[in-house]
Amino acid sequence: MQEHANAYVSTKELPQLPAPRNDAGPIAVLRKNLFATPVDTILTLVCGLFIVWAIWNLFSFVWLDAVFEGADREACLVEGGGHGGACWAFVEAKLGQFVYGTYPSAERWRVDTVFLLLALLTAGLLIPNVPYKRINAILLFAVFPVVTLVLLTGGEFELAGGAIALVFVLAAAATLSAVGSVPRISLSRLEMRIATWLLLGAIALMLIAIVLDTPTFEILGFSFSLLTMLAFVATLGAIGLSMMVGFGSGQTTIKSMVAPLVIAALFIFAMTADFDLRYVPTNLWGGLMLTLVVALSGIAASLPFGVLLALGRRSHMPAVRLICVIFIEFWRGVPLITVLFMATFMLPLFMPEGVNFNSLLRALVGVALFASAYMAEVVRGGLQAIPKGQYEGADAMALSYWQKTRLIILPQALKIVIPGIVNTFIGLFKDTSLVYIIGLADLLGTVKRGFADPNWITPTTPATGLLFAAFVYWCFCFGMSRYSIFVERRLDTGHKR
Amino acid sequence: MSMTQESAPTPTKKMEISDEVAVEMDKVNKWFGEFHVLRDINLTVQKGERIVICGPSGSGKSTMIRCINRLEEHQKGRIVVDGIELTGDLKKIDEVRREVGMVFQHFNLFPHLTIMENCTLAPIWVRKMPKKKAEEIAMHYLERVKIPEQAHKYPGQLSGGQQQRVAIARSLCMNPRIMLFDEPTSALDPEMIKEVLDVMVGLAEEGMTMLCVTHEMGFARSVANRVIFMDRGQIVEQNEPKAFFENPQHERTKLFLSQILH
Repeated sequence: MQEHANAYVSTKELPQLPAPRNDAGPIAVLRKNLFATPVDTILTLVCGLFIVWAIWNLFSFVWLDAVFEGADREACLVEGGGHGGACWAFVEAKLGQFVYGTYPSAERWRVDTVFLLLALLTAGLLIPNVPYKRINAILLFAVFPVVTLVLLTGGEFELAGGAIALVFVLAAAATLSAVGSVPRISLSRLEMRIATWLLLGAIALMLIAIVLDTPTFEILGFSFSLLTMLAFVATLGAIGLSMMVGFGSGQTTIKSMVAPLVIAALFIFAMTADFDLRYVPTNLWGGLMLTLVVALSGIAASLPFGVLLALGRRSHMPAVRLICVIFIEFWRGVPLITVLFMATFMLPLFMPEGVNFNSLLRALVGVALFASAYMAEVVRGGLQAIPKGQYEGADAMALSYWQKTRLIILPQALKIVIPGIVNTFIGLFKDTSLVYIIGLADLLGTVKRGFADPNWITPTTPATGLLFAAFVYWCFCFGMSRYSIFVERRLDTGHKR
Repeated sequence: MSMTQESAPTPTKKMEISDEVAVEMDKVNKWFGEFHVLRDINLTVQKGERIVICGPSGSGKSTMIRCINRLEEHQKGRIVVDGIELTGDLKKIDEVRREVGMVFQHFNLFPHLTIMENCTLAPIWVRKMPKKKAEEIAMHYLERVKIPEQAHKYPGQLSGGQQQRVAIARSLCMNPRIMLFDEPTSALDPEMIKEVLDVMVGLAEEGMTMLCVTHEMGFARSVANRVIFMDRGQIVEQNEPKAFFENPQHERTKLFLSQILH
């Protein structure tokens, strides 16, 4: 019988050889990718010719035939009719309008300051090597919005007692939770329980104050109604009590105890104080500045709100789930234009007499809620991609729901959906141009208004203006896109599922 | 079926089993929809016992040990872990989970955190331990599972056996009184099973209370003081390992053993 399996024992280690290199070199690459077959060659030539032709045309429009300087339309007109190149003189003349809208010229330094702050803070936060990320983030997300609001509008708001009480309610909640999270104090201590009840009472009083009119009086220049005054006092009581407990325990830092109160007071000061800035109503805002205001506030609001909605939609509590589903499906189901129209024309009909929201604010809220619904679905996709084992691993370690969500689930889920999140951001950024429809002049709006200026009517003005607007939008969106790719690479920990 | 709570000391096990009850399951029943996964499970685990649970797939062994830290909710019966009865009370559940460590088939390490962060997460957030102390403890256990040099890598950069050893170290960092192992070696390449089993044997020798779902019969033979065989949601037979393997009583046990022991 013949033996099929021949016994074999290897006697030497085979050497590692370099990989074959017959595909290397530029000529080989060209031949392989562009001229492999006759059909390929023809296609390459035809496409190449088309590309050269298109680039040549574009180049002569924006550069060779373009007019860069001129005082009015005469400069951009071509003798004997027809059209010349781009009329950059138009963009140059109108640049102020494109950036600031009709913001008063003397006050434009305020917008510039905001732009500068935004650029510095964003750069500080986005570039990984820059230190002080924490302070930077606080400045960008907490301080910068207030500064922007005061700078752009001029500040000196008239805050009602209710608004002040609300600010202090938030401060009290922060103090309470800071004290409550100290290991040896729990919220069931008598003082802490009283403080909690005071806080809840204050919230109830404020809600009642919305419907019930009580006599008003002025304290320190703020007008309080009786109920909001009571609420305010109750809140102060809650803060005082919890600070007492906190200090008594000797385990809290003065910073964590006093910070909420100081922040609340500072906030109210910033909003109401007179900084000697001229009041600029929002209907004068416009151009790139307005686009950025709408887009960035939408972006900043939609991510946290979207995350909460996504978590709510996956909650085990039926009521929470239902509310989130209804919210998301409602906002996703209506077009943004409808939302903006409704915010502008319908909302005032339902408001009580005398209550009048700023039209920009209504648009902002509309855009933010709309974007949140989309964001929620993007984030939900990420949540669903997290394997069940991650939840179980966290559960088995006795992490609480919020610890598990914050430390384990969201970091992974958000990382997975970075492309989707940035996609939504980019979509939102471009969708802000729809506010033109409700009479707000954003970048595209001011450009379009520029066409109508009789001083600049030429055949190429609209094309030039649109090209400019498109380029500005593209710069922002491309920047976001590249940054998202950078972040994805950076967060890659090499774990393949 | 013979009960061997007071098992005679076998060669490898010098550790004592105390009278204290670690886990008690009393007529535990559970359904997945219409499917009756656990039927009248009665099980008392003494402190220091090492129990191996085996059985065909779908017999409810994983579900049973997952009920012990309430990853699965039982619908009827009573489960008392370390003196705490498991009910819907979230506080009680968290108390139990703090004392019960679990090692999963697929490790369930957190891929976005380094090995060190994986190990210190729960001590810092659940036990409110200072970061430095948590890291010391983590390092101690990582040394014990023999991978201290990997502490600052991510789970994705480790082999399966190393990941499972990290998972064991991660559980130990919480200083648990009971350890649950849910098929800890089933997802590993054959060459890596031993390194994980070695760690588990070490744990058993220190007297850790262990419940282990596994098909590693060698491990059962040398470490367990009781082997439980489950089929169709019931405990069919339990005995000390020697008797269990050499003289199985129930027909289904005989069939099962004949199929896995070649």
